Amino acid sequence: MYTALAEDTLARWQFGLTTVYHYIFVPLTIGLAAITAGLETAWVRTDREKYFHATKFWGKLFLINIALGVVTGIVQEFQFGMNWSAYSRFVGDVFGAPLAMEALLAFFFESTFIGLWIFGWDRLPRKIHCACLWIVSLGTVLSSYFILAANSWMQHPVGYRIDPATGKAQLTDIGAVLFQKTTVVVVAHTLTAAMLTAGAFVVGISALHLWRDSRRKNRGAPVDTNAVAAMRSSLRLGLVLAAIAGLGTALSGDSLAKVMFEQQPMKMASAEALWETERSAPFSVFAYGDVAEGRNEIDVQIPGVLSFLAHGDFSTPVPGINDIAAAEAAAFGGQPADYLPQVAIAYWGFRVMIGTGMVSFLVGVAGLWLTRNRLWLSPQFRTRHDAVPRLMVTRNRELSTTASAWAWRIALFTLALPLIANASGWIFTEMGRQPWVVYGLMRTADAVSPAVSTTEQLITLLGFAGLYLTLAIVEVRLLARYASAGPPTSERPPRASTVPSRPSEHAEKPLSFAY
Amino acid sequence: MQLPDVWFVVIAVLWTGYFFLEGFDFGVGILTKLIGRDSKERGALISTIGPVWDGNEVWLITAAGATFAAFPDWYATMFSTFYLPTFVILVGLILRGLALEYRAKRDDLRWKRNWDVILFWSSLVVPFLWGLLLANLVRGLPIEADGVYVGALADLFNPYAVLGGLLAVVLFTFHGAVFAALKTDGAIRGRARDLAVKAGLITFALAAFFLVWTTVEFGAPASIPIAILGLAGLIAALEANRRAREGWAFVFSGVSVVAVTVTLFLALYPDVVPSTLTAQWSLTVDNAASGDYSLQIMTWIAGFATPLVLLYQGWTYWVFRQRIGAPPTPAPTPADRLPGQATTTEAGKEGRNHVSR
Ligand code: HDD
Ligand code: HEM
Ligand code: HEM
Repeated sequence: MYTALAEDTLARWQFGLTTVYHYIFVPLTIGLAAITAGLETAWVRTDREKYFHATKFWGKLFLINIALGVVTGIVQEFQFGMNWSAYSRFVGDVFGAPLAMEALLAFFFESTFIGLWIFGWDRLPRKIHCACLWIVSLGTVLSSYFILAANSWMQHPVGYRIDPATGKAQLTDIGAVLFQKTTVVVVAHTLTAAMLTAGAFVVGISALHLWRDSRRKNRGAPVDTNAVAAMRSSLRLGLVLAAIAGLGTALSGDSLAKVMFEQQPMKMASAEALWETERSAPFSVFAYGDVAEGRNEIDVQIPGVLSFLAHGDFSTPVPGINDIAAAEAAAFGGQPADYLPQVAIAYWGFRVMIGTGMVSFLVGVAGLWLTRNRLWLSPQFRTRHDAVPRLMVTRNRELSTTASAWAWRIALFTLALPLIANASGWIFTEMGRQPWVVYGLMRTADAVSPAVSTTEQLITLLGFAGLYLTLAIVEVRLLARYASAGPPTSERPPRASTVPSRPSEHAEKPLSFAY
Repeated sequence: MQLPDVWFVVIAVLWTGYFFLEGFDFGVGILTKLIGRDSKERGALISTIGPVWDGNEVWLITAAGATFAAFPDWYATMFSTFYLPTFVILVGLILRGLALEYRAKRDDLRWKRNWDVILFWSSLVVPFLWGLLLANLVRGLPIEADGVYVGALADLFNPYAVLGGLLAVVLFTFHGAVFAALKTDGAIRGRARDLAVKAGLITFALAAFFLVWTTVEFGAPASIPIAILGLAGLIAALEANRRAREGWAFVFSGVSVVAVTVTLFLALYPDVVPSTLTAQWSLTVDNAASGDYSLQIMTWIAGFATPLVLLYQGWTYWVFRQRIGAPPTPAPTPADRLPGQATTTEAGKEGRNHVSR
C-alpha cells in the first residue's frame, strides 16, 4: 500500500534520502583515498615535486569530501533503530555483526589514521606518513565490504535460521554471510564503480585547469608550469582509472545481473519491463507501458540480448513480471499485484546507471587517445611534461580550437556522470527489491518502528532534508573554491629527514593544517 | 559469566571509552567560547583535539553497532524511544564534525565565527542529551511487552534525567579544561586551569547529588565504592590542577568520568531497558541478547580488534603529544591563502599555531 503519509512511506523516504546522500561522498572517498595515496607513493619514491603538489591538491579535496561522508554515515548507523525498530529486532542477530565489524575493523582505521595523515606531514617520516593514507584507503574498502555484506544479506538471506521461539532471524554461518556470491559480486561492482567515480572526478577537475591554462597560454598570459605538470599527470591518471574501472564496472555489472536474474528475477524483469516470460528474450532500449494492465505500449528491442545477459546464451527463456508475481503470490499469499515493485523506476534506474556510467567510461578511453604523448603521434606534436597536452586525433592532426574547447568542457562535465550512475544504481537495487525489506522474509511495511508517530517522522524527514540541502551548498562551494585554486605549487615538500631528533625542534615547526 | 553478560560489559566499556575520549573533546568545544578570546585562541584550542576527535567519535559508532549486534532489542527500543533526542544528537554530531573539519578551510572571519558558534552549541547539547538518555535508561521507561514506548516526549525530561544531562555537560567541561591545560601553553593554559577550578567545583556538587540519587534509588551494592571513587577522582583532579600537575589532573578527571559511567551501567545491570510498567516487560541482558553463535563470532572479532585499536590510537596520542600555543603574529605564508579572497581575512592576526614544549 503506497499512501503518502503512511509510516513506511515516510521511513522509506528518509532512508532513501539519507543513504543516497551518504552515497554521494562514499565512492569519492573510496576512490580519492586510493588515488591520493598512489600519488603520495609516487612522490615518496621519485621525489618529484609535481607528485607532491598533486598529493596536496587531491588530498585537500579528499578531506573536504570525507568530512561529509563521515558525518552522514553516523546518521545511517542510528536510523535502523529509529525508524526501523521492527526490522532491527528481526535481523539484528545477523545484520548487526557485519555492522559492528565495520566499526571495529574499518572505521577505527580510517578515523585514526586520517588524523595522523592530516597533522602528521611534518612529524612522521615520509614513508610512514604515506602508509597512513594507505591504511585509510584499506579502511574505506573494508567498510564497504562489511556494509555491502549486510546489504547483500537483505537482498539474498543466507547463513541463518528462524528461531522457532522468537520468530527472529539467527545467524548460523558467518562465512556464508561474508562470502556469498551476492556479496562478492556486489563488492566488485561497487568498488570498480567507486574508482570510476573518482577517476572521472580527477579527470574533470584536471581538465578544468588544463583548459584554463591553455587559454591563458593563447592569450600570452603567464602559466604556472608546476601546476600544469601536476594537473597533467593527474589527468592521465584519472583517464586510465576511468577506462580500466569503467571496463571493470561493466564486467562486474554483467556478473551481478546474472546473479540477480537467478536470485531476484522480479527485479531484473522490471529492469527490462519484460511482462511475459519469453524464450530468446529481447533487451529493451526504450519502453513505455501501462503497469495496471501489465504490458508495454511502446518497446524498442534488440532480440535475444536479454537472454544473453541473463544466462550467457541467446535462447534460454527469461521469466516475465506477470508470471513471477503469480508465482510469488502463490508462495507467500496475497495478490500478484502485491509483489510488483515500481516498474518504471527499476526500468529507468537501470538505464540511467548504465548510460551515464558508460559515457564516463567512453570519455576516459577517448581522453587517453587524445592526450597520448607517444604512441601514434608524430614527434613534433609531443609536448613537454609541464605543458598543456595537445589533443591529437591522428598522427598529425590536432583537434580544432572549437572542438578542443568542447573536449575540455565534456571532460569537465563528466565528473557528474558516475555520481548519477551510482545514485540510480542504488535506487534501482533497493526499490527493485520491494515489497521486501529482507527478500522473502520480511516486508518493508512490517519493518517500521511502531512507537514512532508520523509527526515525529515528518520532523526528522524535513529536518534532515533541510540540513542536507544546506550542507550540500556549503560543501559544493568549498570544493569548488579549492578545486579552482589549483595545486599549492608555492608549498615546499617537507624535508626528507622528517623525524625530529630532539623534541625542542618542534618549537620552530608549524602544525600543518592547523585550525 | 555468560556471553550476554560479557557483551553487556563490552558495551559499557565502549560507552565509557566514548565518554572518556570524546568527553574531553566536547569539553574543549565548550571551552572555545568560555576561554577562547579571539579566533586565534579558539583555533589553538581546537588544534588540541584536531587529530583525535574523529577517532574518539568512532567509540560511539562502535557502541551503537555492538548494541545492534549483541542486543538488537535494546538497540531498537532505545533509539525508537529516544527518537527526537537522537535526531537532535545526530544533527549536533553532523554540525560539530563539520565545524571541526571546515573551520580552518577558509581564512574568513565570518566563516570561522559561524563555525565557532556551531561548535560551541553542538558540544554543549550533544553531551546533555547523552546524559539525559542514559539516565532515563537507568531510571526505567514505560515500555510494553514488545519493547514499545508508551510515554510522552516530555516524560524524558524528568528531574533525575535532566540532572544526568547537566552533569555530563559540566563534567566534560571540567575534563576538557584539564585536557586543554595539559595541551596548551601561554595564557590559554592559565585560563584553562582557572576554569577547571570553577567547573570542577560545580561538577563535584552535581556529581555528589547525582551519584547518591543513583545509588540509593537504582544502585547495586557494587556501585557504592565506584561512586565514591568518582568523587575522589574529582577531588584529586582539582588538587593536581591546583599544583599545576596537569598530567595527573587529567588522569584523575578521567577516573571520575569512568567511574560515573560505570556507576550508571552497574545500576542498569542486569536490565538493559527496565520497564516501569511491570518488571516482566523489562528488556534484560538475557532476553534482549543475540544468539550464542553470533556473540561468539563477535567476541573473536572484538578480541582481535580491540588491542589493535588501543595500540594505534595510543600511538596517535603519542605522536601529537606536544603542547600547542598561540605564538605572537607570524607572517602568513602565501600558500595559506586562496586566490580571490582578499576581503575580511584576518591573515595578519590569524597565524598558524605553533607547537612548543
Ligand atoms: C558508476 C557507476 C555504475 C556503472 C557504470 C554501472 N553500475 Fe551497476 N550499480 C552501481 C553503479 C554502476 C551501484 C550504484 O554501485 C550499484 C547499486 C548496488 C550495487 O551493488 O551497485 C549498481 C547495481 C547494479 C545492479 C543491481 C544489483 C542488485 O540488485 O544488487 C545490476 C544488475 C547492475 N548494477 C548492472 C550493471 C551493468 C550491466 C552495468 C553496465 C554495463 C552497470 N551496472 C554499470
Ligand atoms: C549497504 C547498505 C545498505 C543497507 C543496509 C540498506 C538498507 C535499506 C533499508 C533498511 C531500506 C528501507 C526499507 C526499504 O525500503 O527496503 C532501504 C531503502 C532504500 N535504500 Fe538502501 N541500504 C543500503 C545501501 C543503500 C545505498 C548505498 C543507497 C543509495 C545510494 C540506498 C538507497 C536506498 C533507497 C533509495 C531506499 C528507498 C527504497 C524504497 O523504500 O522504495 N541504499 N535500504
Ligand atoms: C546504510 C548503511 C550504511 C551505514 C549504517 C553506514 C555507516 C557509516 C558510518 C557510521 C560512517 C562514519 C564513519 C566514521 O565516523 O569514520 C560511514 C562512512 C563511510 N561509509 Fe557508510 N554507511 C552505510 C552505507 C555505506 C555504503 C553502502 C558504503 C560503501 C559501499 C559505505 C562506505 C562508507 C565509507 C567509504 C565511509 C567513509 C568515511 C569513513 O568511514 O570514515 N557506507 N558510514
